[in-house]
Amino acid sequence: MSHSTAEKLVYMANQIATAFAQQQHTAAVDATRTHIRKFWDPRMRAKIAEHVAAGGEGLSPVAKEALEGLPPVKAA
Amino acid sequence: MSLTTDIDYGTPASTSEKLVTLTIDGMRVSVPEGTSIMRAAMEVGNKIPKLCATDMLDAFGSCRLCLVEIEGRNGTPASCTTPVAEGIVVKTQTERLKQIRKGVMELYISDHPLDCLTCSANGDCELQEMAGVVGLREVRYGYDGENHTKMGKDESNPYFTYEKSKCIVCNRCVRACEEVQGTFALTISGRGFDSRVSPGMDENFLTSECVSCGACVQSCPTATLNEKAMFDIGTPEHAVVTTCAYCGVGCAFKAEMRGDELVRMVPYKDGKANRGHSCVKGRFAYGYASHKDRILKPMIRSSIHEPWKEVSYEEAIQYAASEFKRIQEKYGKRAVGGITSSRCTNEETYLVQKLIRGGFGNNNVDTCARVCHSPTGYGLSQTYGTSAGTQDFDSVEKADVVLIIGANPTDGHPVFGSRLKKRLRGGAKLIVIDPRRTDIVRSPHVEAAYHLALKPGTNVAMVTALAHVIVTEGLVNEAFVRERCDWDDFQEWAAFVADARHSPESVEKYTQVPAEQVRKAARLYATGGNGAIYYGLGVTEHSQGSTTVMAIANLAMATGNIGREGVGVNPLRGQNNVQGSCDMGSFPHELPGYRHISDDATRAAFEAMWGVHLDDEPGLRIPNMFDAAVEGTYKGMYVQGEDILQSDPDTKHVSAGLAALECLVVQDLFLNETANYAHVFLPGCTFLEKDGTFTNAERRIQRVRKVMAPKNGYADWEVTLMLADAMGFKMDYAHPSEIMDEIAALTPAFTGVSYQKLEELGSVQWPCNEKAPTGTPVMHIDGFVRGKGKFMLTEYVPTDERTGPRFPLLLTTGRILSQYNVGAQTRRTANVAWHPEDVLEIHPHDAENRGIRDGDVVKLESRSGATSLKAVISERVAPGVVYTTFHHPVTQANVVTTDFSDWATNCPEYKVTAVQVSPSNGPTPWQEEYEDLSKKSRRIAVEAAE
Repeated sequence: MSHSTAEKLVYMANQIATAFAQQQHTAAVDATRTHIRKFWDPRMRAKIAEHVAAGGEGLSPVAKEALEGLPPVKAA
Repeated sequence: MSLTTDIDYGTPASTSEKLVTLTIDGMRVSVPEGTSIMRAAMEVGNKIPKLCATDMLDAFGSCRLCLVEIEGRNGTPASCTTPVAEGIVVKTQTERLKQIRKGVMELYISDHPLDCLTCSANGDCELQEMAGVVGLREVRYGYDGENHTKMGKDESNPYFTYEKSKCIVCNRCVRACEEVQGTFALTISGRGFDSRVSPGMDENFLTSECVSCGACVQSCPTATLNEKAMFDIGTPEHAVVTTCAYCGVGCAFKAEMRGDELVRMVPYKDGKANRGHSCVKGRFAYGYASHKDRILKPMIRSSIHEPWKEVSYEEAIQYAASEFKRIQEKYGKRAVGGITSSRCTNEETYLVQKLIRGGFGNNNVDTCARVCHSPTGYGLSQTYGTSAGTQDFDSVEKADVVLIIGANPTDGHPVFGSRLKKRLRGGAKLIVIDPRRTDIVRSPHVEAAYHLALKPGTNVAMVTALAHVIVTEGLVNEAFVRERCDWDDFQEWAAFVADARHSPESVEKYTQVPAEQVRKAARLYATGGNGAIYYGLGVTEHSQGSTTVMAIANLAMATGNIGREGVGVNPLRGQNNVQGSCDMGSFPHELPGYRHISDDATRAAFEAMWGVHLDDEPGLRIPNMFDAAVEGTYKGMYVQGEDILQSDPDTKHVSAGLAALECLVVQDLFLNETANYAHVFLPGCTFLEKDGTFTNAERRIQRVRKVMAPKNGYADWEVTLMLADAMGFKMDYAHPSEIMDEIAALTPAFTGVSYQKLEELGSVQWPCNEKAPTGTPVMHIDGFVRGKGKFMLTEYVPTDERTGPRFPLLLTTGRILSQYNVGAQTRRTANVAWHPEDVLEIHPHDAENRGIRDGDVVKLESRSGATSLKAVISERVAPGVVYTTFHHPVTQANVVTTDFSDWATNCPEYKVTAVQVSPSNGPTPWQEEYEDLSKKSRRIAVEAAE
């Protein structure tokens, strides 16, 4: 796996989305978003948010949709 | 203090609920049916003389000392082999019995060396004691008989001697090896006068199949098998009960002392996890505590390229705190963090996470459970609502079918492995799912009904296929599921697993296990009675580790194998306090008791108790810490009692992360591999030098008791207090019991836990609170913690770590009986006699294809890196699979593993790495560079004399 932060986060987000892929689409999107919100630290979320804002290359549809709805990261 | 002498009842307790009343020496006594007369007598305080009997072993009836008379019966039956009967009248001391016993003792003594004064067992010898007990005052056969001392000693084992001349052929050692340990390494060779204990055919102890568990030594009534420490030091004079600091079994030991010198560790019979048994590590491998490599003074340096400089605690602590403050000032509050240790006590891990959350002001705290059992926490909390195993170890005695997945209990959890083997010898059936043919698959008197030797990385496909069989063949326990589980979720799951793509026939192309074997194994688990699942890191350390845990939880629910003795889902935890470190809030997203950091009410309770504001955002997990360090946003770290450089995967990435830190504080016993990148070294202390508690794999909280003063001056928890104080976050505790009181006040599953209760009960299993004041041996009896059990869908997703032309083999890693984790402790003991270096197991076909012979040095290479080590040709691994351990830093096996990880928890995928193996003529460039760095990094400046 790449050690580039953005590529790694994309990979991880896709892994999570794949794990929930058997659920209905909306449930899978919600579960992916909740998981990332619950377990990723603010910097990781901010980084992936930047990536999504830049087009979200490499993200699966479920991961992308989940991340598009991720609440913005609060300042420390 | 005195020696804690266990009462030996002579024979094991009967489990019968029916009582039988008899009279012994005029006293009426009621005991369970099946109890021996010897044990019944002991219940009323009459200690019948004995030599071959001990309550750890079944009665044998060979020594003829324990004879009794029973009114109305002929002869003098052995009290150990004669069960009680209603109304019988027994006499244990009559003139006839006295004469018989004296005669027997005379025969024993007639050919026994009478060197009692200089014997290593002097004062600790049952033969000597029995001579006194029976009133032996003379030996009619004289004292000039053959004493066999010319037979010599076998001193090959590093920890104990075998002195043949002292053997009285009582068979206790042979029976201990069989009944307690289950290795069957010993026998009695020779006949008549030549009869002696023999390890194997004609080997010495070291080269025999003996695993040095110490059961034979413990059972020996004479000096025949005796600890070498008893020769060197003498007999102990006091003992302290404490808990082993090795694996997650959590064996209780008596640390037997002479002054502040540890003479020996003797397994404690009242220990509820180990029931008086031990393994080579806990029993003997404590020499690291006094090893010359221990660092006893704090040290600092401004750069890892400089030698260390010894300083006072005050200077080291102030330096560390000022660096952390400087980093936070420059890079932000979240630029520092720390790692708690699963080797340290609950109280210590609690304090480290408290320091990070309260003193550092962020949640960048994680623990080594991240890289082992974090998927267990996630998977079981999703399905059952709690992050822990469901049973106690005693439960295995009621199991009818045992399903072991990705665990090697005889090596990794040997004392539980012995208990498991005993149950298997008693008739339970065994299914093993493992790429390797581990010892439990086939060992003396144990043979798995099914060994599903799957391809590494296909656990989810395999376990879901088992579920497919259970659902499609109508083997679901529907009554259980309807009552205890969410029915809608179950139906969705049942339809999911019933799909043809999950059938054993469909997944065979992934797992490489014949479908019919999978079907038979599923049927056996579902219909064979109490089905108990035990699993280890072969489940969790995969990209789908959490999914497999949930798949396992599904299986247990679908078959109703949860919520009573003999069943359940049992994660075998790696390190001594993995469970505890997780319980204590070591994960970055949750506070003690597994409550998410974003929960306002929970956070408020901790804020009120700690007097500080807490960040409500989850922190970095260990792999994320390395990424952030390489990226430049994470700059300082406090690591207590872990060697992440050696234990974590993708070593080059880990080392890059550590090298990027501006302040790394390592607290450890030794200058470990991580300390090569450290700026502050704080000396750690061993489990023998501090008070606290460990929580084992069965959620059992047990006391760790200080038996000697810390050689480095302070217990680990005291050092953390100093660092917190220097960070401006004052924590006041006079004793670890006060820390536990705080934990209990803040953690619902611990509200009933206190040191006083642990003194009273010996140990408790959480939840221990108002609802369960004496703890909870078996969980989910009346309902799941989350309410209804939740079935989860478990689609198999192949790992992205794939074999190909460059890397055609799959590497899986693990550990071996004699070594522990990164080997920091066990490598500094005589255990290196069994495992002096890591080796690579390779199948004969793969070896031949590569021109590799047994013992050749080979290069093991992956996309991540390469190392070299010796090859061992073995059919334990399947063709296409190779295996090694990670106990030795010289090998650095993790330079080969990758940074692929579990989707839910980032637990690394240690168990699947695509590799190539080729002949080699020496160390790889990485090994050479690392050795050079290690040597330079471990320099300690010597102050010039004035």
